[in-house]
Amino acid sequence: MQLKPYARSLAVAFSLAFVAGCSSTGGTQEGSMSGSGSGSGTGGTSGVGTGQVSGTGNGSGLNGGAGQMAGSRIPETRTIYFAYDSDSIRPEFQSVLNAHASFLRNNSSASVVLQGHTDERGTREYNLALGERRAGAVEEFLSVQGVSPSQVEVVSYGEERPAARGSNERAYAQNRRVVFAY
Amino acid sequence: MRVLLTSCLAALVLLCAPLAQAELTIDITRGNEEATPIAVVPFAEDGAELPQDIAQIVADDLRRSGYFAPLERQNMFAQPSSSDEVTYGDWQALDTRYLVVGRVSQEGGNISIRYELMDVSGESRMLGETVTTKLNQLRAAAHYISDQVFEAITDIRGAFSTRIAYVTSEGVGDNIQYRLMVADADGHNSHQALTSNEPIMSPAWSPDGNKLAYVSFEGGRPGIYVQEVSSGRRVKLTSFEGLNSAPAWSPDGRRLAMTLSRDGQPEIYTMDIATRDLTRITSAPSIETEPAWAPDGQSLIYTSDRSGGPQIYRQNLNGGSPERLTYTGNYNARAQFAPDGESLFLIHKGNNGYQVARQDLDSGRLVELSDARQAESPSVAPNGTMVIFATQQGSRGVLGAVSADGRASFRLPAAQGDVREPAWSPFLN
Repeated sequence: MQLKPYARSLAVAFSLAFVAGCSSTGGTQEGSMSGSGSGSGTGGTSGVGTGQVSGTGNGSGLNGGAGQMAGSRIPETRTIYFAYDSDSIRPEFQSVLNAHASFLRNNSSASVVLQGHTDERGTREYNLALGERRAGAVEEFLSVQGVSPSQVEVVSYGEERPAARGSNERAYAQNRRVVFAY
Repeated sequence: MRVLLTSCLAALVLLCAPLAQAELTIDITRGNEEATPIAVVPFAEDGAELPQDIAQIVADDLRRSGYFAPLERQNMFAQPSSSDEVTYGDWQALDTRYLVVGRVSQEGGNISIRYELMDVSGESRMLGETVTTKLNQLRAAAHYISDQVFEAITDIRGAFSTRIAYVTSEGVGDNIQYRLMVADADGHNSHQALTSNEPIMSPAWSPDGNKLAYVSFEGGRPGIYVQEVSSGRRVKLTSFEGLNSAPAWSPDGRRLAMTLSRDGQPEIYTMDIATRDLTRITSAPSIETEPAWAPDGQSLIYTSDRSGGPQIYRQNLNGGSPERLTYTGNYNARAQFAPDGESLFLIHKGNNGYQVARQDLDSGRLVELSDARQAESPSVAPNGTMVIFATQQGSRGVLGAVSADGRASFRLPAAQGDVREPAWSPFLN
């Protein structure tokens, strides 16, 4: 596993772009993301259900609800996935992050541990650092959206807690993830 | 009911623990064709049959080293038990270069093992010694004999009386049981040093062989612990925010190098174990991790991705800028010095995926040693002759080992679960 250094700044750029969107609409709905290419409304979240999510047992179709109920309930989707060699937030998961950001902003007593994970390729200690970089990208995204740093903690597990076993791309894709643990 | 069943199961698991964690076994995967022929004749036994076959343990040790090809027993014409009974011509006809014979006698609880080593072509005795031991120490006595035979022939100190620490895991998702294990270097006599349902990582032996440093996530956050192997007593050394990773003992045993991200990025620090004082060694906006000490304690090597991918760098502890050591390929990580300080063992990703490699420091030349799947966590024997590492067989993690010249290799599969992160102890005697 390798993550390119620029990926981190890319994640920040994404967050900034999003906040700009937020402030112009004054809201936190997915609609503000319509320009990012991820679609609008709940359609933008359909990517969550495709491919790699089978390990989470929730997901498809729930995120629109999560966005609307962000004020009171912990969003249902608590795992987002990453591409190989990347710590950038994929467009289809930005709505998930938005929902968590809204929830955390509206519930200042709530706190979350962002658990960073990698697939099994490469050395363990280096992967631990890569998992931290991945969770750190999510932390920065939340921070840029106004979530207090005191509500967010990063713990990297590297490749130590795989969600799926196996040395194949399907398992790798399920393991490259950040989990929101409330 | 379900709760009851679970606790019954848990109790059962505890009771069965010594059996369920069946010992690691040895599969030779690549024999060295230039290995020296030697015969280790079954030792004669006076009195009751012994629970361990001493000569077999010695032969297995010597075979595993890659330096020797022990003669199969069925090919032995004679089975002498002392040098006066040896007819050198018999063994010269079999092209055997060296011969080990012995006799074991028991008196009460005491065992005496008389062994001798002969040079077959020179028709001379090289070594003769009587070892006294107890019935429950027979394997240790056999490894001691292997050490003496190995050194007498190769002039290299034997490392058969050493141990390995490693981590096992069973389960998936939120139900993984992790164990820190300690065993003899041949995989026998394994026992559990720690178990947890949170990850255990990066075991590292203190230079005196009495303690293990490791990372444990118990409580949901990583910390670096130091545990006395014999008593199990331990202290938590660090639990900073962020990474607490990759502990490595200084050669004098007074300091630990480690990776912490308390200041933002993963950086290398050293900690004085007595005072807990931290010294920051690296400072870069990239990942710095996997520190290892030079044998003289004057510099550290570590993995950094400042060039875009992981490569090995060296930092003199007296200051100066870091020097990049690896340039072959775009993935070189978790390096460790050979005991003589002249080469590095590391994980290199090339056309065969992740493999154990050796890089000569003078020439910079890198050679892949292993031919394994997803090799990681190389750890070199204290005499520099073998490297143990983690690899995969089928869908399971197993330990592999390869000779420092790459000519011989073997695997140590376990009966169940994943095995990884082996750490070879220093000399213990």
